[in-house]
Amino acid sequence: MKKGIIQFLIVILVVGALVYAALCGVGGVIKPVREGVVLGLDLVGGSEITYEAVVPEKLSASELQSGMEVARTMLQQRLDFLGYTEASAYISGERRLVVEFPSVNDPEAAVQKLGATAVVNFVDADGKVWLSGSEIDSAAYENSPIDDSGVMVPHVVLELTDEGRQKLHEASTAIVNRVSDGTNYLAIQLDGEEISKPYVNTVLNSSSVVIEIGSAEDPVSEAKYLADIISAGRLPFELTTAKQQTIGASLGEKSLSTSLKAGLIGLILVMLFMIVFYRLMGLYSCIALVCYTALFGVAISVFHVNLSLPGIAGIILTVGMAVDANVIIYERIKEEIRVGKTLRYAVVSGYKRALLAIIDANVTTMIAAAVLLWQGTGTILGFATTLLIGVVLSMLVMLILTRILLQAGISVGLVNPKLYCVNKKEEA
Amino acid sequence: MDKFRSFSFTKHFKVFAIISAVLIAAGLVGLILSLCGVPNVFNFDIDFVGGTTFEFQLDRTADKAVTDHVAELYEQALGRKPSSVTSTGETGVRIKALELTDAEVEAVRDAVVQAYGVDVEKGYQVERVSASVGKDLTRSAFLASGVAVLLILIYIAIRFEFRSGIAAVIALIHDLLVMLSVYVIFRIPFNINFIAAALTILGYSINATIVVFDRVRENRKTMKTGSFPVIVDTSIWDTMSRSINTTVTTLIVMLMLLIFGVSSIRNFALPICVGVLCGCYSSVCISGPLWNLLSRAGKKA
Repeated sequence: MKKGIIQFLIVILVVGALVYAALCGVGGVIKPVREGVVLGLDLVGGSEITYEAVVPEKLSASELQSGMEVARTMLQQRLDFLGYTEASAYISGERRLVVEFPSVNDPEAAVQKLGATAVVNFVDADGKVWLSGSEIDSAAYENSPIDDSGVMVPHVVLELTDEGRQKLHEASTAIVNRVSDGTNYLAIQLDGEEISKPYVNTVLNSSSVVIEIGSAEDPVSEAKYLADIISAGRLPFELTTAKQQTIGASLGEKSLSTSLKAGLIGLILVMLFMIVFYRLMGLYSCIALVCYTALFGVAISVFHVNLSLPGIAGIILTVGMAVDANVIIYERIKEEIRVGKTLRYAVVSGYKRALLAIIDANVTTMIAAAVLLWQGTGTILGFATTLLIGVVLSMLVMLILTRILLQAGISVGLVNPKLYCVNKKEEA
Repeated sequence: MDKFRSFSFTKHFKVFAIISAVLIAAGLVGLILSLCGVPNVFNFDIDFVGGTTFEFQLDRTADKAVTDHVAELYEQALGRKPSSVTSTGETGVRIKALELTDAEVEAVRDAVVQAYGVDVEKGYQVERVSASVGKDLTRSAFLASGVAVLLILIYIAIRFEFRSGIAAVIALIHDLLVMLSVYVIFRIPFNINFIAAALTILGYSINATIVVFDRVRENRKTMKTGSFPVIVDTSIWDTMSRSINTTVTTLIVMLMLLIFGVSSIRNFALPICVGVLCGCYSSVCISGPLWNLLSRAGKKA
C-alpha cells in the first residue's frame, strides 16, 4: 500500500517539475517556453520575401549553386548596410532566396532595394550602352563641393578601370558633337532606371566620374546606398519577387492570443469529458495530459520549433488525439472487467492488447507527418514538426504515465468497479 | 449501445455506398472540372495561382460603404478593379488582386493607409505569390498526398494484408474527396493549409481504420466459428465506443478553434472538423465492409 502512495507522489512531483520547467525554465539548459519558442511571422508580425533567380539557360547545377551562394551573401551584405541587422537571408530550394525581417516599416521599399540587380550602364540619347558595371573599379560616397560654388553636395564617385577610361573617352568624343540638338548627355542607369544625366561638353579623358543625386528625399542616405550597391557588385542573376508576406504586429498578436485561448478551453473540455466518461481513469488521463502539455512546451523550447498558426493548430489537434491512446486502452480494460477478469489482470491485459493497435495507428500518422516534413515549406513545416513531436510524445506519456497511475491506484485500494466506470450489473 | 449491435454494417454496405457517393459528388465533379481547366470551381487562394492579398486594420468599422470605397481607392491608384474587397473582423478589410509589381503594391498601400489612418507597422498585412511558386505548390501537394497514401498502403499491407490496405486507401481517398466537397460548397479559400489539413485527416482517418482492422485481426484468431462478415461486424461494434469518444475529444478542441480562432485559423479548422467526422464515418461504415467485399471478391477470383 505504501508503494502505491510513493508512486503517486513521484508522478505528481515529476509532472510538477515539468510544468515548472516549461513555464520558468531550468538553469541555462531549458529556457522557458516564452523565450525558447521561435514565433512565426503570422504570430508576431514581420515580413518575409522570397526572391526567385531568373537563371540564364545553359547554367550547370554547380554554377547555379555557387551563384545562389554568392547572391545570398550579397543580400546579407545589403541587409546590413541598409540597417536591417536583425534580418536574415537564406537559400530555399534550387533557385529561391528567402529574406526574413522581424519588423519593418516600409517592406515594399526594402523589397525593391534588396532585389536590385545593381547593373550600372552609361547610355547615350539613342540608348546605346557605352560603359557598364564591369568597367567600374570602385564606387565611393563623398560629401563635398563638386563645382566652384563651394556648396556641399552628397554624391558618388566612380573610379573606372583603364578600359573604362578608354571607353568614356570614345563616348565623350562621339557625344560632344551632339551639342547642337541638346542630346549631348550620357545617362547613368541603375537596373534600367536613370539616376543621373550629366551633359558632356568636352572630350573626357579621366578615370573618375561623379554621380549627382537628383531630388531625392534624403540625398545623403540615397548617395550612400548607391555607392554601396554599386561597389558590392552586381548580383549573379536578376531576382524577381516570387512571394512576399507582411503581417502587422497587432494582427499577429490577435492570432496568438485567440488560438491559445481556444487551446486552453479545448484542453479543459477534453479533461472534463474524460472524467465524465472514465471517472478515475479519466482523472489519470488528465494528469497525463498536463504532463504531455508541459513536456511539449519543453520540447518546442529545446528544439527551437518555429511556431506558426498552423503549428499551434497542430498542437491543439494533438491534444484531442493524445487521449485516443487512453480511450483505446480504457475501453479494453472495461471489456476485460465485464468478462469477469480481476481489475489488476484487466489493466495488464488491456494495455497488452491495445498496444499493437496504438502503435500501428500512430505509425501511420507519423508517415503522414514525415511526408509533410519532406515536401512542406514554410508554415507547413512547423505544422508537421509539431504533429510529429505530438504523436511521439503523446504515445509515450499517455501510455506510460496512466499505467503507473492505474497500478498505483489499485495497490492503494482504489478497486471499486464504479471508479472504473463499470456498473455492478454489467460486471455480473 | 448493445441493443444496436444486431445492426450489420457489412449487410448494409449498399446504403453507405450511396450516402458516400452523395458526399463525394461535389468534390469529385469539382476535381474533374478543375483538371479539365474549368476555372472558379475551387476558390483558389493566391498560394496556388499567384496574386496579392492586402489586409488593413482601419480606424473605423468596415461596413459595405467602406469596402466599396476601398475598391474605388484601388481603382484610382492602379486604373483597374481588384478581384474582391471583403471585410474581416470588425475593422479589417481584405483586398484580393492579381499579381502586382512592387510599385503597384506601394501605391495601393499608401492610398488606403492615408484614407483610413492605418498603422503600417501594426495593422497592415500583405501577401504576394508569383504563379511559379503556385505551380510548385500544386506539384508538391499532389506529390505529398500520393506518396503518403502509397506509404500507408505499403505499411498496412505489411502489417495486415494487401486487400485490407486497398480498403483502407479507398476509405482515405473517400475522405479527401469529402473534404474537397466542403471546399467547393463552402467556398473555403483553397490554399497551402489544405495540404496540411488533408494530410492530417489522412493520418487521423487511417488511425481510426487501423483500430477497427486490428480488432478484425484479433477476432479472426479468437472467433473460430464466425464467418468473415460476422467477424467484421463484431469488430466494428467492439471498437464503437472508442471510435465515437476519440472523435468527440478531437472535435471538441477543433470546435474551440472554429469558435474562437481568427479567420485564417477558422479556414483551417473547418475542413479538419469535417475530416474528423468523415474519418470516423468512413472507418466505421466504409473501410471494414469494403475489406469484407474485397476479400469475398478475392475468393471468387
